[in-house]
Amino acid sequence: MSAIAARRRTLPGFGLTMGLTLTWLSVIILIPLAGLFLKSLELSLEQFWAILSSRRTLNALRISFGLAFGAACVNLVMGSIIVWALVRYRFPGRRIFDAIVDVPFALPTAVAGVALTALFAEKGWLGAPLAALGIKVAFTPLGIFVAMIFIGIPFVVRTVQPVLQDLDPEIEEAAGSLGASRWQTMIRVILPSLAPALLTGLALAFARAVGEYGSVIFIAGNLPNVSEIAPLLIVIRLSEFRYADATAIAAVMLVVSFIVIFAVNRLQRWAQHRDAER
Amino acid sequence: MTIEVRKLVKTFGSFKALDGVDLKVDSGELLALLGPSGSGKTTLLRIVAGLDWPDAGEVLINGEDALTHGARERHVGFVFQHYALFRHMSVFENVAFGLRVQPRAIRKDETTIRARVKELLDLVQLDWLADRYPNQLSGGQRQRIALARALAIEPRILLLDEPFGALDAKVRKELRKWLRSLHHEINVTSIFVTHDQEEALEVANRVVVMDKGRIEQIGSPDDVYETPATAFVHGFIGESIELPVQVADGVVRLGERPLPLKAEGLASGASKLFVRRHDMLVGPAGSGAFEGAVQHVRNFGPVQRAEVALSGGETIEIDAPRDRELRAGDTVGLEPRRYRIFAG
Repeated sequence: MSAIAARRRTLPGFGLTMGLTLTWLSVIILIPLAGLFLKSLELSLEQFWAILSSRRTLNALRISFGLAFGAACVNLVMGSIIVWALVRYRFPGRRIFDAIVDVPFALPTAVAGVALTALFAEKGWLGAPLAALGIKVAFTPLGIFVAMIFIGIPFVVRTVQPVLQDLDPEIEEAAGSLGASRWQTMIRVILPSLAPALLTGLALAFARAVGEYGSVIFIAGNLPNVSEIAPLLIVIRLSEFRYADATAIAAVMLVVSFIVIFAVNRLQRWAQHRDAER
Repeated sequence: MTIEVRKLVKTFGSFKALDGVDLKVDSGELLALLGPSGSGKTTLLRIVAGLDWPDAGEVLINGEDALTHGARERHVGFVFQHYALFRHMSVFENVAFGLRVQPRAIRKDETTIRARVKELLDLVQLDWLADRYPNQLSGGQRQRIALARALAIEPRILLLDEPFGALDAKVRKELRKWLRSLHHEINVTSIFVTHDQEEALEVANRVVVMDKGRIEQIGSPDDVYETPATAFVHGFIGESIELPVQVADGVVRLGERPLPLKAEGLASGASKLFVRRHDMLVGPAGSGAFEGAVQHVRNFGPVQRAEVALSGGETIEIDAPRDRELRAGDTVGLEPRRYRIFAG
């Protein structure tokens, strides 16, 4: 960097902040993740495969990813409706509802787990009437599903909300005056405009649900092969000193998370590129 | 297609946006709704389009009651100030939108739609932009695409809400001329809203001047400029000098001083004298109806604009030709070549 260029910078400290950024990200994120991969490399391919293809591991992964995806889809639909109501209409208590959306963010997950379990237990406020209908929620995969929906909802709402706020109501009027029905306006104009934000919200809610531990283990019942999630299986393997097993499962989850993050990134870039102002 | 509006009233809370508006637009006209912001011109346009609903009154399009239909059924082309293009669609798809959402029974096949869009893009001279996205276009290009999109449905009437309001001065001027020739070509009954008097006078066949939810004057561009019907119109259109005067027994007074101006048929009482800036002729001191001292002079191309303090104490601005240079400190006589006096 030449002396003139250095003098031109109004804010000092490129070297300092860049150095801190790299060090911090390395210590906090990169080194632990690299350690995880190195640990799983101690396994031979056969061992690795044997661990992953065991019935219990496969079931745990299937439960985690399957239910997380289902919960993310439910959140996508419900979250979109909530966003629509919060952004487009003025009703008493709107600000309170808007704040309530953040509760799953702020609440310690264990507290959420206990609360949900109490609510959906066979004698709970919601559990009792559901049990009368023959639906058991607590201590079943359905319980996991409920907890995952609970913790995922803010991700969809908070991702889509600013985009919908920026969406000019005039484009709906334009579509209407061009002869589009409400349904056509929704499908052809509003949803495509929100699509990148909706997909990003879906991916974030999915990633959060896959990794959720605290609230899920209280309500899940944790029966191997039935309601045991992958993060819990990792904890169990660690407590049994089977570190290789734990890291193999962790590595699989890590790879999936990377893929999701990559997808989110691409989505956001696509959206920015498309909507960029000149 | 004709448009007729009868006794239209619309309030927003305690604000009266439209206060009994009657208007008739003939087939093939290009009509300007001109007024300051808050005069109700956009509200009137939106009600005709079906984007807003009046509290009372009637809207007839081609003699039929339009208020029984929403925007979708009215078959009206609407162009928004901020374009309202669909950002996620290419220019081509934006223009094709109105054709693609038609009910299946009357929807045209893909070849016909393509040909029609191509035709419209040619009409607005932007066929080379078909594959671009709205955010890749300039403001003027976006507005022309918005117009092509509105024309795609072969609207019965065309409504434009401040169509050039968001554009810079040079582009506005180009688009004005272009809009006029386009209207000549397609000859659809059109109303456009503007707060820019120059735009209204240059583009429209007829101008409707609005203020505070009422129509002040309807007339040709020449009418509203040369013979303003009310004090508001005189003050709003063109640059005017406005002086508070008293009329009593056929004599006009400014302060105590009688002015040698005709006041036949004027009601007695407080009134306002209006003179166009360029209609105030400058002569030697002692000549003319007014006398004053020149305070400042600035040159604007062919005219010099002088601030003159009248002997009564009022300060006015006049536009004088450059053939006789004025200087600060000169005492001059001023004679209004043409003037109008309104009660009130």
